[in-house]
Amino acid sequence: MNTTTQPLIELNNVVKRYPMGTTFFTALEEIDLTVEKGEFTGIVGPSGSGKTTLLNIIGSLDSPTEGSARVLGNFIEKLSHKAAASLRNHHLGFIFQTYNLLPVYTVYENVEFPLLLLGLSADERKKMVMDALEWVGLTDKIKSRPAQLSGGESQRVAIARAVVKKPELVLADEPTANLDAENSHHILKAMVRLNQELGTTYLFSTHDEKVIQYLRRKITLLDGKIATDEVMTPQGG
Amino acid sequence: MLLFKLAFRNVIGAGLRTWLNVIVLSLSFVTIIAMQGLYKGMQYQAEDAMMQVEYAGGQYWHPAYDPYDPFTLEDSHQPVSGAAQRAVAAGDAIPILFTQATIYPQGRVSSALLKGIPPEQEIMEFPSEQLLQSDHALPAIVGTRMAKSNRLAVGDYLTVRWRDANGTFDAQDVQIVHVFSTIVSSVDAGQIWVPLERLQSMLKMPNEATLLTLRQGLTDPPVLPGWDYKGLDILMADLREMVTSKQVGGSIMYLLLLFLALLAIFDTQVLSIWRRKKEMGTLMAMGLTRRQLIGLFTIEGGMYGVLAALLGALYGTPLIVWFATHGWEMPEMVDDFGFAIASKLVPSYSFFLVLGSTLLVLATVTIVSYLPTRRIAKLEPTDALRGKLT
Ligand SMILES: Nc1ncnc2c1ncn2[C@@H]1O[C@H](COP(=O)(O)OP(=O)(O)OP(=O)(O)O)[C@@H](O)[C@H]1O
Ligand SMILES: [Mg+2]
Repeated sequence: MNTTTQPLIELNNVVKRYPMGTTFFTALEEIDLTVEKGEFTGIVGPSGSGKTTLLNIIGSLDSPTEGSARVLGNFIEKLSHKAAASLRNHHLGFIFQTYNLLPVYTVYENVEFPLLLLGLSADERKKMVMDALEWVGLTDKIKSRPAQLSGGESQRVAIARAVVKKPELVLADEPTANLDAENSHHILKAMVRLNQELGTTYLFSTHDEKVIQYLRRKITLLDGKIATDEVMTPQGG
Repeated sequence: MLLFKLAFRNVIGAGLRTWLNVIVLSLSFVTIIAMQGLYKGMQYQAEDAMMQVEYAGGQYWHPAYDPYDPFTLEDSHQPVSGAAQRAVAAGDAIPILFTQATIYPQGRVSSALLKGIPPEQEIMEFPSEQLLQSDHALPAIVGTRMAKSNRLAVGDYLTVRWRDANGTFDAQDVQIVHVFSTIVSSVDAGQIWVPLERLQSMLKMPNEATLLTLRQGLTDPPVLPGWDYKGLDILMADLREMVTSKQVGGSIMYLLLLFLALLAIFDTQVLSIWRRKKEMGTLMAMGLTRRQLIGLFTIEGGMYGVLAALLGALYGTPLIVWFATHGWEMPEMVDDFGFAIASKLVPSYSFFLVLGSTLLVLATVTIVSYLPTRRIAKLEPTDALRGKLT
């Protein structure tokens, strides 16, 4: 893996088709896309345009029907289940629209989880978890359970969990869809800061205008195809 | 280790449902161990009593004698001579003679075993000395079961009819001089005990016996030509077999309890795999493999077993210790149980019994927990994340 000379993500002619009865439904059609290290990029488009499908392929949760998707030097279409799990464990962070916190765990334990999987020592874990919670401003809630948190707080915990291991790439599927304006801005500012301070690459899917004003690059999907790909001047942050 | 830690968090975090499962399962743990100990205690107690009252240090049988075939009795008697006689003279053995007889209690006809025993014997804890105290021509003692079924009481006369060595019928009245109580029904039910020498002369079999009972505590049983040695192992084999069959019959109850507990766990597993789809998807997104997920859910289920074992130990130990020291009062009816049991049972719990039962339940719980998790093997991360029910 050599991420300095190669782009972080390189999709070539990626096609995703789902079987539908006797024919196929094409969710992604011949996607060519390159994302460099440190980008803060959003994928926008109407519902059903293929945003989640694209993020899932980049996140090695799914594989393309055709074409090649290289992420951090790994060809997703060739990864075994186990190798994909290892890639996600070591290098990727995920943020979901519905937060997906583990309900029986405390805030601290939720954020600690990826580090447990990495087999880090208790001391290392403690330091990294506290750092991550500080980044998102939640050090006073470490003992709370997800059920006791507001939506904004939950999503901040989810962000801390995604970034705690300092992954190369964070994939966020509609991270603000369940949040009000104030919380959305709060979260985006946190991510912009982490993007700048840690150099982490962020790739969003969204149709939230509030998100779009923070983006430095906006890719628009329409019916599984890239319609536009524009460089943006961020207004927020 | 990681999976154990995660499983422990999940199980404890699941709250009420966990404790319901754990309580039901711990009940079956405690019941299984309590029942096993009861049967073991029953067996030891019966063996002990049989040894005291009937078998002492073992027996020598006439080769033709078969306790399950009364027709063999006619031929299974022989003179006590040679080595056998020397053993008797040395006080190492006593001769006992059996014959089939007909009795006429209260004008009814019934058959019985007439047994001759030396009244002065001390090898068995059997009240044969009562036969010495009477001046009646033919004193007899019977057990409480025999007395009850034939309505006999001390002082009663009973007409007994038998066939002597020549095949000639003869009859005489015996007087019941004592009624003894024992938990060993095989020296009681259907039996009348008379002095050995009296029976030998009635049967015209002087100095003959059906079997010899050996004194307890002899290091080596002597070799007695013409007699078949039956050690305690052989004599108790029937009892042990019977206890085992009772045990199997009795285990239906606790197997049912265990089955219910396992059903609850299976249900919990199926439900949580169905309900926790999204959680599994999240775990997969964070890098857990399917194999680890299967391990996690299996360990979670197996942990119910571990918690149940701990909880069961918490309330089961005092319970079991109490029963093992105070015994278990048995109701009257169990006298018809088929083998000797005391009115008070003292259960016997061995380390291996507890360990064996615990491991067995733990293994079953783990297997039951594993079965539903095999569905995870086909789970796609994207489907799981959508929480889609497949
Ligand atoms: N497993 C699947 N089987 C069949 N069709 C699917 C599957 N997953 C996605 N699709 C279809 O692919 C298309 C793209 O779906 P995708 O979830 O990527 O859209 P999206 O842009 O994320 O939409 P939204 O904004 O609503 O989240 C949709 O029409 C969807 O119905
Ligand atoms: Mg989507």
